[in-house]
Amino acid sequence: MKLTLKIWRQEGPRAPGRLVEYRVDDASPDMSFLEMLDVLNIRLLTQGERPIAFDSDCREGICGMCGFLIGGVAHGPQKLTTTCQLFLRHFRDGDTIVVEPFRSRGFPVIKDLVVDRSAFDQIQQAGGFISARTGSAPEANSILIPKEISDRAMDAATCIGCAACVAACPNGSAMLFTAARVSHLSLLPQGHPERKQRVLRMVHEMERLGFGSCSNHGECEAVCPKGISIDFIARLNREFIRASAVETMEPVRKV
Amino acid sequence: MELNGNIPGGPLEKKWDQRRFEMKLVNPANKRKYKVIVVGSGLAGAAAAASLGQLGYEVLCFCYQDSARRAHSIAAQGGINAAKNYQNDGDSVFRLFYDTIKGGDFRAREANVYRLAEISAAIIDQCVALGVPFAREYSGYLANRSFGGAQVSRTFYARGQTGQQLLLGAYAALSREIAVGQVRMFPRSEMLDLVVADGRARGIVVRNLVTGEMTCHSADAVLLATGGYTNVFNLSTNAVGCNVTAIWRAYRRGAFFANPCFTQIHPTCIPVAGEHQSKLTLMSESLRNDGRIWVPVNAGDPRHPGEIPEAERDYFLERRYPTFGNLVPRDVASRAAKAVCDEGRGVGPGKRGVYLDFADALSRLGEDVIRERYGNLFEMYEQITGENPYRQPMRIYPAPHYAMGGLWVDYNLMSNLPGLHVLGEANFSDHGANRLGASALMQGLADGYFIIPCTIGDYLARISPKDRLPADHPAFQQARKDAEDRIRRLLSANGSRPVESFHRELGELLWNFCGMARNEKGLKEALARVPVLRDEFWRNVRVSSEGEGFNQSLEKAGRVADFLEFAELLAFDALNRDESCGAHFREEHETPDGEALRDDARFAYVAAWEFTGVGQSPVLHKEPLAFEAVHLTQRSYK
Repeated sequence: MKLTLKIWRQEGPRAPGRLVEYRVDDASPDMSFLEMLDVLNIRLLTQGERPIAFDSDCREGICGMCGFLIGGVAHGPQKLTTTCQLFLRHFRDGDTIVVEPFRSRGFPVIKDLVVDRSAFDQIQQAGGFISARTGSAPEANSILIPKEISDRAMDAATCIGCAACVAACPNGSAMLFTAARVSHLSLLPQGHPERKQRVLRMVHEMERLGFGSCSNHGECEAVCPKGISIDFIARLNREFIRASAVETMEPVRKV
Repeated sequence: MELNGNIPGGPLEKKWDQRRFEMKLVNPANKRKYKVIVVGSGLAGAAAAASLGQLGYEVLCFCYQDSARRAHSIAAQGGINAAKNYQNDGDSVFRLFYDTIKGGDFRAREANVYRLAEISAAIIDQCVALGVPFAREYSGYLANRSFGGAQVSRTFYARGQTGQQLLLGAYAALSREIAVGQVRMFPRSEMLDLVVADGRARGIVVRNLVTGEMTCHSADAVLLATGGYTNVFNLSTNAVGCNVTAIWRAYRRGAFFANPCFTQIHPTCIPVAGEHQSKLTLMSESLRNDGRIWVPVNAGDPRHPGEIPEAERDYFLERRYPTFGNLVPRDVASRAAKAVCDEGRGVGPGKRGVYLDFADALSRLGEDVIRERYGNLFEMYEQITGENPYRQPMRIYPAPHYAMGGLWVDYNLMSNLPGLHVLGEANFSDHGANRLGASALMQGLADGYFIIPCTIGDYLARISPKDRLPADHPAFQQARKDAEDRIRRLLSANGSRPVESFHRELGELLWNFCGMARNEKGLKEALARVPVLRDEFWRNVRVSSEGEGFNQSLEKAGRVADFLEFAELLAFDALNRDESCGAHFREEHETPDGEALRDDARFAYVAAWEFTGVGQSPVLHKEPLAFEAVHLTQRSYK
């Protein structure tokens, strides 16, 4: 199949960027979108042009490293699909597709389609953990967890940290990402001792890093490749209000 | 030279206790004076960095991805084994130990494997404490499922995303140590060399993948947890960035490489679709709990699978191995699939595929139960192939998946170079010639959470942090210069052939001559052709001219250059090991019914290779394998 691509090219964080048009005439419907870019890159390299920089690693939809806007939508037109799992059979012969990096104040562009998402690591470091020293854990079955609670926690824990939610949000909010982590850990009994401090620290860090607030557009849920529900944002808000009423934030201390 | 595995004395079940008692300790106030480098942030690396940070050591942790959370452990699907015996089905530490030793076809070190089985239960405890949402029964207790090579249900899982959940647990623990300043994290950083001085590992040279800046890091000990080398085959289930570079560079600096020819070909992967293919996707072994593997009885049967009646289907695993059926170990299942395809009975385009059929399970359990167990795998299959596995059988074929071989380590996980420790898939230690399903996660976490935090102290207590070298010491400067020269050589090669093309040719060469079946003639051919390809690479490779900064084609070129050296060692080891064992199948050595035929008299040893120069024959060091607790038998899953 033949495709026309308009791809965002940007030499570096401070360089100006622009859309450049490429034609791919030998695409196959069984190719993934990234494999099509691989083929294009080899062609560019052979012609002495600079290949298109983009992130990817596992290429099976779980590591969260890949992701850009395809036709203006984070991870492209298929629901519940990461960029690496998007196959060309979902496009039509002759389509023109615009490809741009995730755009958000929190994620500066490094090069072309590669952005810096280290802000997500910082939100995690602020409180996205349970403090359990290696070696001091009790017998696993001494903590019974109702199946529906455990399943719900898993629904949240399935987040891959790809940042599509931020890219899709008109406010550039990281609420779905933060909510998934807070919900996963606060649902589980093991997470209860640090429950209040966790939500206070993570929300504070999210705001400090310049992410916007949630105003219930729901775009994040629509593009999330793992189908994480915005119900978790409601849970985050409840957790935050409850914690704010009774505690003030304290720094993380050594175990 | 005969290698000494430094195995503690005493009976098998007391060895780890014995070692923990013998070891020297670093007192809590002195721990902060020691600096430890951890390369890799997968299960082994993240667990080690977090645990060492908690103990009070100063830790530096490096990964090539943009975040520690993305290491390829995250893609492990099916589960993690532990000898909890929650199912009351006869499991025990000894049984897990025995299954693992037997599954590895008696080519692993007994003491290591026993320790792994012993630690397995504590891993589950630790992960639950960290908030890993393992699957549970309606009672609230943890659930289990079965995996290949075992007749008990001892595998813990979180849907089809167990690796993800375990890694996020370790990543969370690591994040906490970063927050309190015990660990400094360096993402988008690739180790390009190991620095050795006075026979000890002293630090590493690292390239910042964004700026291209090359830096030296000095420490009291270096831990490599950099995963496996299966991408030497080009197409594998590994992430596209997985590479051999860190352990290969350590090998070139004197660390011994053990059993490189032990590479696992996983039976259930989605078949190759075309030349553009960038990687192969695994379909978890757990699917073999409920899926039945078959091919048509008649070669070239053109009918849709649903139209082929029962009598004309060959459920070849159930037929050949009635006791274990579809749950035979991976090497056995892979070879059986290859055999039926070689007979011309394969299915799908290219006829390199077999069916994995859920029709029986769907009618027995219903679609909801199947969706709950395997939903995400079914979705992934449909995304990639465009076929709905609820309606028609999956097509699967074996693909390179895991490296049992790796750098040689002793019982304390230290290589022959003092100060260099190797963890997880990067070492050779626990899986022998074939790894059982759900054991990689177990080993990574055992190494990271429980073994290295003990054994590193024994090494550090014997050295002084005052002897740490400054990062501008001549040994560092030389290693850095070597790495920089290599980068410049790649950038100035200015040839016409893209890196990918070399990688593809290398992968095909190894797959054909050093894949699921190997023989002397083929291996010699591979050994003749790899150096030719390597020479062409350095003469004719084309790397993007965008320079020393962010340059993904340069990253890839460096990795493929190392694969081109490593491939020769892999084939060399496969040629040396003139027996069949586990995943290493030499066609000259098979039983009358086509199983691997070991030669214990000649090959009951670990082959550890010493580097002597590129293109030169490496020197073989043997570590004899002594079996005290188990009796060596012909593996049987019939």
